[in-house]
Amino acid sequence: MTTKSLKILASAAAVAFTATIGAAQAAEPIKIGAFLSATGPASFLGDPEKKVLEKYVAEFNKAGGVLGRKIELTLYDDAGAADKASSFVKRLIENDKVDVIVGGSTTGATMAAVPLVEAAGIPFISLAGAVVIVEPVKKWVFKTPHTDRMAAEKIFSDMKKKGITKYAMISENAGFGKSGHDETLKVQANYGMTLVADETYAPKDPDVTAQLTKIKNTAGVQAVINWGFGQSPAVVTKNYKQLGIAAPLYQSHGVASKDYIKLAGDAAEGVRLPAAGLVVANQLANSDMQKAVVVKFQKEYQADFKAEASTFAGHAYDGLQMALAAIQRAGGTDKAKVRDEIEKTQGYIGTGGTVHMSPTDHMGLNLTAFHMVEIKKGDFVLSD
Amino acid sequence: MASTSRWAGLGALAVFLAVLPQVLPNNYYVDVAVLAGFNAIVCVGLNLLIGYAGQISLGHAGFFGLGAYSSAILVTHYGWPPLAALLAGALLVGLLAFAIARPILKLKGHYLAMATLGIGIIISIVLNTEAQITGGPDGIAAGNFSLGGFELKGERAWYWVIAGLLLVTVWLATNLVDSPVGRALRALHGSEVGAEVVGVDTTRYKVLVFVVSAVIASIAGSLFAHYTSQLTPTKADFFKSIELVTMVVFGGMASTFGALVGAAFLTMLPQVLTVFEDYEPIILGGIMMGTMIFMPRGLVPTISAFLTRRRP
Repeated sequence: MTTKSLKILASAAAVAFTATIGAAQAAEPIKIGAFLSATGPASFLGDPEKKVLEKYVAEFNKAGGVLGRKIELTLYDDAGAADKASSFVKRLIENDKVDVIVGGSTTGATMAAVPLVEAAGIPFISLAGAVVIVEPVKKWVFKTPHTDRMAAEKIFSDMKKKGITKYAMISENAGFGKSGHDETLKVQANYGMTLVADETYAPKDPDVTAQLTKIKNTAGVQAVINWGFGQSPAVVTKNYKQLGIAAPLYQSHGVASKDYIKLAGDAAEGVRLPAAGLVVANQLANSDMQKAVVVKFQKEYQADFKAEASTFAGHAYDGLQMALAAIQRAGGTDKAKVRDEIEKTQGYIGTGGTVHMSPTDHMGLNLTAFHMVEIKKGDFVLSD
Repeated sequence: MASTSRWAGLGALAVFLAVLPQVLPNNYYVDVAVLAGFNAIVCVGLNLLIGYAGQISLGHAGFFGLGAYSSAILVTHYGWPPLAALLAGALLVGLLAFAIARPILKLKGHYLAMATLGIGIIISIVLNTEAQITGGPDGIAAGNFSLGGFELKGERAWYWVIAGLLLVTVWLATNLVDSPVGRALRALHGSEVGAEVVGVDTTRYKVLVFVVSAVIASIAGSLFAHYTSQLTPTKADFFKSIELVTMVVFGGMASTFGALVGAAFLTMLPQVLTVFEDYEPIILGGIMMGTMIFMPRGLVPTISAFLTRRRP
C-alpha cells in the first residue's frame, strides 16, 4: 500500500469517526437535574414536585422527547436541608453534567444553590417562594411560584375592600416566613395599613398560644396574617380557633394544599388566602385562559396519584414545561442559549398564571395570577 | 516499636492523601473528600475522649458549631480577619469546655452523656433563635478564607488545606496517645479507681482531653464556615453530634485510624446510596447494624486483628 492510499484511508477513517461522534451527540439525552425536599419537614412541597417531574419526563419521552432527544432526569432528595442541597447541586453540575436544573423546594435550599449555579453558568428554575431568589435579578436563576410580596399585596387589597386598616402578624422566624414578614412590612404603606402586633415562632413549635394571646390582647387588631408553611400554619390556625379570636385570619399561598385543611380540620373554616388558579380549577370562569390548562393538569394528576394537585405540584410542572420549551426554541442544550430563551418566555400559560419573563423579571407573573380563596366546608372556594 | 508503626501509619496516610486528588474524576468527588476530611478531623479529636479516656460526648457538634459561628459572625459582622476569628473561636470554645469540664466530668456514664447532650442542645437553640446575629435557621455566609491577601477558593485548594490539617491532627493525636498522658488516659479508661490508686490525677487528664477535643472541633468548624456557601445550625444540632459519635464507634474506638475510616466511610455512604432512592435509610441502617453485630469493636480494629492473626 502506498503512502498516499494510506493517507486517504486514514482521512476516511477520521471522517467516519467524526461522523459517528456527531451522530452519538445528536442522540445524547437532554439532562435535567433536580434537587427536591421529597422527604423531611418540607416533603409536602417536594413530594408532589418529584411525582410531577417524573411523570411528565416519562410522558415527554413517550412522545419522542424534545428535538428528537430523550430526556434524562437526575433527581436528588435534599430532605429540606440547605447543606445537603448545596452538595447535591455540586454533584448535578460536576458529576452528572446536567444541562438545566429545575428544583429547590424551599427558599433555603434554593439560596444555597444560587452561588453554585451562578459560578458554573447553568440555567436554574427554582420552585421556591421568597422574592430574594429573583430580586436582585441573578443571571442564571429563574423561578415559577408567586413571590411572598405578591401574596402580601393580594392580602392587603382584600383587606382594603373590607375596610381593614390595622392588622397583626405572626410569622415563622426562618426562610419563607421571615421573608414574607419582611416583604409585608415593605408594602404595607402602599395600602395604608398599620401593623399593631408582630409575633414570631420557630417552624417546629408545637404551640403558639402565647404569641396569639398577646395579639388577642392588643387593642385594634382587625385582621391577622400568618406567614409559614408545612405544619406551623395548621398549628396557628388551631390555636387561633381555641382562643376564639374573632378577627379574620389570613394565610399565605404557602398553605395552598389540601394537606393544610386536613391538618387544621374545622379550625380552617373561614381562613382566607391568596392562591393560584390551580386549587380552584373547576370554579374558574370559562373565559379564563388558565382554566383549560389547570383543569387538564388536575385531571392528569388525580388519575395518576389519587390526590388533588397542590400548587406546589403545579410549580414543578411549569418549571419543566418552560425549561423544555426553552431548549426546544434554542435548538439544543447550549447553556447560554437556553438561559436566553427562558428569559424570553412570553405568554406561557401555566398552572401559576400567564408568564412574561424579561431581563428585569425572572418570574414573570403579576397579581392577576392570584385569586383570593376562602376555606369553606373543608374546601377552597373562590372569593374575589 | 509503637513509634515506628505510628510513623508508618502517618506516612501511609500522607501518601494516600497526596495521591487521592489525582484519581478523583471531578470536583464533586473532591468536595465529598473535603467534607470527609472535616468530619475526620473532628472524629480524631473526639476519639481521644471516647476511645482513649472512655468519656462520652453527645455535644461535640455544638463545639463545631460554636467555632463555625464565631468565625462567621466575627468576620461578617465585625470585619475580623478570618485567622484571628478562628483563633478567637478556638479560645472561646477552649475556655467554655474548660469551665464546664470539671463539673461535667465528675459525672459518669449516662449522666455524663446527658450533660454533654444538654450543652449541645443549648448551643443549637441559641444559634437557631438569635436570628439577628446568627441568621437563624436560614444560616449565615462567612465568605472565603483569606490570609495576607491570599484567598482560599475552590474544592482543590481546600483539599490540600484540609489534608494538611488532618495530618497534623493525626500526628498530634498519635503523639498524645503514646505519651505519658495517653497511658494515663488508658489507665483511666480501664478503671478510674485503679488509676487514682496508682497516682493518676484522673480529673486533670479528663479535663485536658475534653478541652483538646473541643478545640479541635472548633478549629474544624471555623474552617468549615468558610468552606460552605451557607452555614446553617443543622451543623451544630443533636443529630450531627450523634453522627460524629457513630463515626468514631463505627470506625473503631481507641484507634485513630479507625476514627478516620469511620468518618470517611459514613460521609461517603449516603452519597453512594442515593442510587437506592427511597431505600437509602434502610440500607444505611442495615450496614450500621451489621457492622456493630459482626464487628463490635469497629471496622479498623476488627480487620487489623484479623490480619495480624493470619500472619504467622
